[in-house]
Amino acid sequence: MNAEVASVEERKQNLKGMGTSRRRVEDARFVQGKGNYVDDIKLPGMLFGDFVRSPYAHARIKSVNKEAALAVPGVKAVLTADDLKPVNLAWMPTLAGDVQMVLADGKVLFQGQEVAFVVADDRYAASDAAELVEVEYEELPVLVDPFKAMDADAPVLREDLEGKTEGAHGPRRHHNHIFTWEVGDQDGTERALADAEIVAKEKITYQRVHPCPLETAGCVASMDKVNGHLTLWGTFQAPHAVRTVASLISTIPEHKIRVISPDIGGGFGNKVGVYPGYICSVVASIVLGVPVKWIEDRIENLQSTAFARDYHMTGEISATRDGRITGLKCHVLADHGGFDACADPTKFPAGFFNICTGSYDIPVAHVSVDGVYTNKAPGGVAYRCSFRVTEASYFIERMMDVLARKLEMDPAELRIKNFIKKEQFPYTSALGWEYDSGDYHTAMEKALETVKYKALRDEQKANREAFARGETRSLVGVGVGFFTEIVGAGPIKNCDILGLGMFDSCEIRVHPTGSAIARLGTISQGQGHATTFAQILASEIGIPADQITVEEGDTDTAPYGLGTYGSRSTPVAGAATAMAGRKIKAKAQMIAAWLLEVHDDDVEFDVDRFVVKGAPERFKTMAEVAFAAYNNVPPGLEPGLEAVSYYDPPNMTYPFGAYVCVVDIDVDTGVTDIRRFYALDDCGTRINPMIIEGQVHGGLTEALAIAMGQEISYDEMGNVKGASLMDFFLPTAVETPVWETDFTVTPSPHHPIGAKGVGESPNVGGVSAFSNAVNDAFAHLGLTHTQMPHDHWRVWKTAERLGITA
Amino acid sequence: MSKMHVKMNVNGAEVEGLAEPRTLLIHFLREQLSLTGPHIGCETSHCGACTVDLNGKSVKSCTVFVAQSNGAEVTTIEGIANADGTLHALQEAFREHHGLQCGFCTPGMITRAYRLLQENPNPSEEEIRYGISGNLCRCTGYQNIVKAIQAASDELNASKEAAQ
Repeated sequence: MNAEVASVEERKQNLKGMGTSRRRVEDARFVQGKGNYVDDIKLPGMLFGDFVRSPYAHARIKSVNKEAALAVPGVKAVLTADDLKPVNLAWMPTLAGDVQMVLADGKVLFQGQEVAFVVADDRYAASDAAELVEVEYEELPVLVDPFKAMDADAPVLREDLEGKTEGAHGPRRHHNHIFTWEVGDQDGTERALADAEIVAKEKITYQRVHPCPLETAGCVASMDKVNGHLTLWGTFQAPHAVRTVASLISTIPEHKIRVISPDIGGGFGNKVGVYPGYICSVVASIVLGVPVKWIEDRIENLQSTAFARDYHMTGEISATRDGRITGLKCHVLADHGGFDACADPTKFPAGFFNICTGSYDIPVAHVSVDGVYTNKAPGGVAYRCSFRVTEASYFIERMMDVLARKLEMDPAELRIKNFIKKEQFPYTSALGWEYDSGDYHTAMEKALETVKYKALRDEQKANREAFARGETRSLVGVGVGFFTEIVGAGPIKNCDILGLGMFDSCEIRVHPTGSAIARLGTISQGQGHATTFAQILASEIGIPADQITVEEGDTDTAPYGLGTYGSRSTPVAGAATAMAGRKIKAKAQMIAAWLLEVHDDDVEFDVDRFVVKGAPERFKTMAEVAFAAYNNVPPGLEPGLEAVSYYDPPNMTYPFGAYVCVVDIDVDTGVTDIRRFYALDDCGTRINPMIIEGQVHGGLTEALAIAMGQEISYDEMGNVKGASLMDFFLPTAVETPVWETDFTVTPSPHHPIGAKGVGESPNVGGVSAFSNAVNDAFAHLGLTHTQMPHDHWRVWKTAERLGITA
Repeated sequence: MSKMHVKMNVNGAEVEGLAEPRTLLIHFLREQLSLTGPHIGCETSHCGACTVDLNGKSVKSCTVFVAQSNGAEVTTIEGIANADGTLHALQEAFREHHGLQCGFCTPGMITRAYRLLQENPNPSEEEIRYGISGNLCRCTGYQNIVKAIQAASDELNASKEAAQ
């Protein structure tokens, strides 16, 4: 019989299951420089592609002369739109229902747009030749300001859409109008505002930024002309969707396309879309019959490969004099650039922006969003957030502070007064979402207590008095932010991309010796899936996490899934993992009962084994059951121990958190010093606390970057003002403060393990906490709102405007 | 463009090759020597993903011509491990303290920290933060990187003491 004597606790520890700060299995290769990123791939005969890009933001192309470029030794081809037309690939569909030029077809619509693709023996020859492609342009009037996009005399950007009064998301009322999206009760909201005792109004812009992962986008396309198979390695956050799209637009049958996402050097939404470089590499490989690699450089990445935000929001919030919110209205002007290439679920052209009632019980609300074209790069990706949730969270959290000023009420108190109460969950918001679970009061109270909020306000009061007396030149700002995110897209009934339902998947095979492999439809870009998904399975099926391999990213081997973005991996693929694990467990139970010679119902699962109820000394471990699955199963049962789950979640998940930021501002220089940042996150059940903490650190640092310095801005000619890391702010270790993390646990009631997802929460919640802190520092001087990014120059300008600089 | 004969010592081994003088050291390492540990993140020497050790100094190999590194001694992440094949204290500490996520900055970051700890075997937190400020990370927020470098510094100092 079994001689094991290990205690339950020892056996649990041995599994390294959920709740364990398990060391990451990915790291062994990364710390030795043995990761395998797309630019590390080297195939025999491989060529290198490089783009000729437009120096103009809006221009007609009169001619392209390839001769000098083709004369450069090593150059194999120069592709233009005319070369792509015969294969119907001069344009490609975007994820948002629009079309986008792969290579400029007759005109260019933004600076940095792809005009020609040069293919050569190596990247130096390709780059040399790209310089020699002669493009004759005729400049056209440039449209930079989105507020002028729908003027009667605004230049026509999209000649291809001329006369089209119906877009992918409804009627178009102007040649630069993309869509208008509305949700909520307009009449009711107007009534609430009209009848209100107090109304606060503010214009809030969330500037254009860029996800800027450290690895840029790229791919290697390899067409095997003998068997007609295309293999495409690339920086894809959604490899399966890329395969389907590639098949649909190239007409190569889907079974002959293999898409592989190798190690990815960060994504943050930047690698969700389909970019011209991918298409050109595939076409070049088909034409030339050899593999073609394309890797963009940083300037190309910042200039052309998707952007995020660029939301110009006008809000009105109404309340009773004692601070009870009665209504919320928001209008957004969304600058989408030259093509609508947003990465949102099809039915949501403004993403989940209608989560903008936030964490508050707001009885009535209305949101309308106008999307417009301008002469800027396309994009509108979810930069470390679920679709447009960061914009929504920033909007409501700034509006709450603006309202608090008007009410002369403490911003934390106003929030607490209006929170959705624990007993109201599941809660349906005025804009139509069903929040799954939450306990906002507990989280906020814990946060305020930990940071000693009252003492901070007392200190601030003393600081302001000292400042008025001329004893200090520094002001203290305290920023309170509370967010509710909506992640885990999502139920197929609401969410699809190009008709593909946003389920996700997991397939498990348990090997005879009791180890296993699990494959998922998602793809890690640093989140540590190989570590955490094994932990979910370890707890579910009792096989130690160390004996479970997790694989993702190869469409030939992994089950179909919609990929990793919008914090959807744990809510959707994590759920699929648990569900597939439960199928394994159910079959294992039958085998165990057979081996123990009892009825199925007479055994129960106990950590890593099945025991006979009431006789714990009689058991079969999962390892024993696994072996039996291959040689001794009950009559009528198939051998083997495998399962697959395609999980369509019944709802999104709603992580939340309370953040407090304390900033000291030198009014004479505008230098901001983040003295303290406290982040309490509730992501439901916690799978690996170490990884959660790491995700929070990283998300907060990206929030810091956005709030305090990032911006992709344009001059009036449509030139990008600074698209290198010289200008685009990525914080170093010096600017980055020490992060304090904390948590509460409110499991999701509908998720199999109660987990909600965490990767994006700190970015969603962080930005408003920083911005609220900067605004708060000047609040006593009458400031209600100043635009991000709060770099030293802008902060100094604010101080100057308020008349307090030296 | 005509090519030049290049010789250097990389990770303790003499290597040679033919390359255009304008070839960047990072491309020579990655493409000719297949040392793909150091990465390319910006090509403007801001991000530090390409950091290698060149003649005892941390350099960003995306802005060094191979012609400038002729005859040099170069150490990349592939040459950081201990002589017996075990991981260097920094490599262990980065794993232990979750000092990496996507892993793209990691080779450059560890290679920089490797030199930093030789320049200053006992750095304060502030000195570490300044010491790695030429290396950008988009994932970790640096906190656990700093922790890992501190832990490695302690470990290296302890084993040095033990050896004395």
